[in-house]
Amino acid sequence: MTDIAIRNVSKIFGGNWKAALAMTKDGADKGAILAKTGCSVGLDNVSLDIPGGRVFVIMGLSGSGKSTLVRHINRLIEPTSGEILVDGSNVLDLKAKELRDFRNRRVSMVFQNFGLMPHRTVLQNVVYGQRVRGLTKADAAPIGMKWIETVGLAGYENKFPHQLSGGMKQRVGLARALAADTDVILMDEAFSALDPLIRADMQDQLLQLEKNLHKTIVFITHDLDEALRIGAQIAILKDGKLVQVGTPSEILNSPANDYVARFVQRRAGAGEVQHA
Amino acid sequence: MFPEAFHISIRGPINDFVQSLVVNYGFVFKAISQTLLQAILFVEWILRGLPWWAVFIVFLALAWFASKKISLVVTVAVMLFAVGALGLWDLTMQTLALMLIASLISVAIGVPMGIWLAKSELMRRITLPVLDVMQTMPSFVYLIPAIMLFGLGKVPAVLATIIYAVPPLIRLTDLGIRQVDSEVVEAATAFGGSPPQILFGVELPLATPTIMAGLNQTIMMALSMVVVASMIGARGLGEQVLNGIQTLDVGKGLEAGLGIVILAIVLDRITQGFGQSSRKERGND
Repeated sequence: MTDIAIRNVSKIFGGNWKAALAMTKDGADKGAILAKTGCSVGLDNVSLDIPGGRVFVIMGLSGSGKSTLVRHINRLIEPTSGEILVDGSNVLDLKAKELRDFRNRRVSMVFQNFGLMPHRTVLQNVVYGQRVRGLTKADAAPIGMKWIETVGLAGYENKFPHQLSGGMKQRVGLARALAADTDVILMDEAFSALDPLIRADMQDQLLQLEKNLHKTIVFITHDLDEALRIGAQIAILKDGKLVQVGTPSEILNSPANDYVARFVQRRAGAGEVQHA
Repeated sequence: MFPEAFHISIRGPINDFVQSLVVNYGFVFKAISQTLLQAILFVEWILRGLPWWAVFIVFLALAWFASKKISLVVTVAVMLFAVGALGLWDLTMQTLALMLIASLISVAIGVPMGIWLAKSELMRRITLPVLDVMQTMPSFVYLIPAIMLFGLGKVPAVLATIIYAVPPLIRLTDLGIRQVDSEVVEAATAFGGSPPQILFGVELPLATPTIMAGLNQTIMMALSMVVVASMIGARGLGEQVLNGIQTLDVGKGLEAGLGIVILAIVLDRITQGFGQSSRKERGND
């Protein structure tokens, strides 16, 4: 099990980031900083402790910085300031080669639009992480097949991504992440592009995997229902700032501010209509 | 009249520069010229030495692998037969040898350059205007120094052809790589792929249809240079056209012209076929 700690991470997009960073420290808001420096604030001093072995959900609307935040964990995006500790060691200290190794062996990722390689078969996609590691085709194939079966795609291993439906594509994405055999899986809006029934299936499958595999799963979503359903803990982001962290019942019963409360109420409202 | 006080001339310095190149570094250019000439002569020796039916088989096989369509194979066979029937076989092989060498060198230069452009914004900004100049500068302008440096004949012809024909390949390689879905590249990065692994395993395969379109353009542009190339002593179909013009022999010119057109169609269909089949492999997208 791997714990992840995010310490005072800020991310400013734009050339004049020094001025913008200083303004965030003075508590200026996103709009004012954009108007004055031309920089947009992706993340503003976010600190989070992500305990190992569970599903941790980061929730926020589009533009809240949630996808930016998750890409800091495997350094697809470099922070402007702050630290990211994975099992106590700072990811930002890794050199290029070490970073590739870290991405290959410690952290894998599932993408919103699947990120599958269209010129490779399902099996070739699933074993990508293992092949990068240097395994031969023959050695990697059984590993790939095991995970293809786990996600319920047996028989499709020689198909190409364009021959699959959206839900199946995302199963391939999930199998690829699982086949890489990493402690941490980052899931960036992994189920958002899927229709509701398939989405519920995939959520169940994820909860099952959590129970069996004890991986640290960081799950990004814009959907509170999904967050409540699968998250052991939920962090809510707004405009690059952390608004609240807590268990689903804490979020539901004691929202930290009006913003969270509005989310919860809307959900309650939707619930009433359904049961009427 | 534009005031004479503002006149500047780059003629003198440029002439002196080329002159000094010829005088001081002539041996370098001679060496390059010799190597290139050997390569051209070798390809020409193979193509002209092969019996006509062997060349037929190679072309028909290429047409089949490119398209998997029997119609294209038949078309190519009819066209090659027409070339032979018009008595242009040997000349066509000479021209083809020049085309092959020019295209090969264009690929060796164009694809790596295109990759570099796709990776470096600075390189892009420097190179794109240079490519514009290469494509619009009248070819005679660089034929003159090419002759001075490399002498008359096939070598300057090939070099001039490359200068004219390589820009589309560079542009389309650059475009093809930058058009690769960024999420796919991000995914490869997220799984620890190194830059060469991502380039050769993801970016280049996905850019192949676009790169093939670039190669197709390069070959077509190279063919449009054959007459110009023959003016500095390259033999083949171009020389025949030139001859036809000089002796007012319309029929002779037209025959050779048809030979060039046929060669263009054959090469165009085959390279397009390869581009389309690599597109099909990744799902018609």
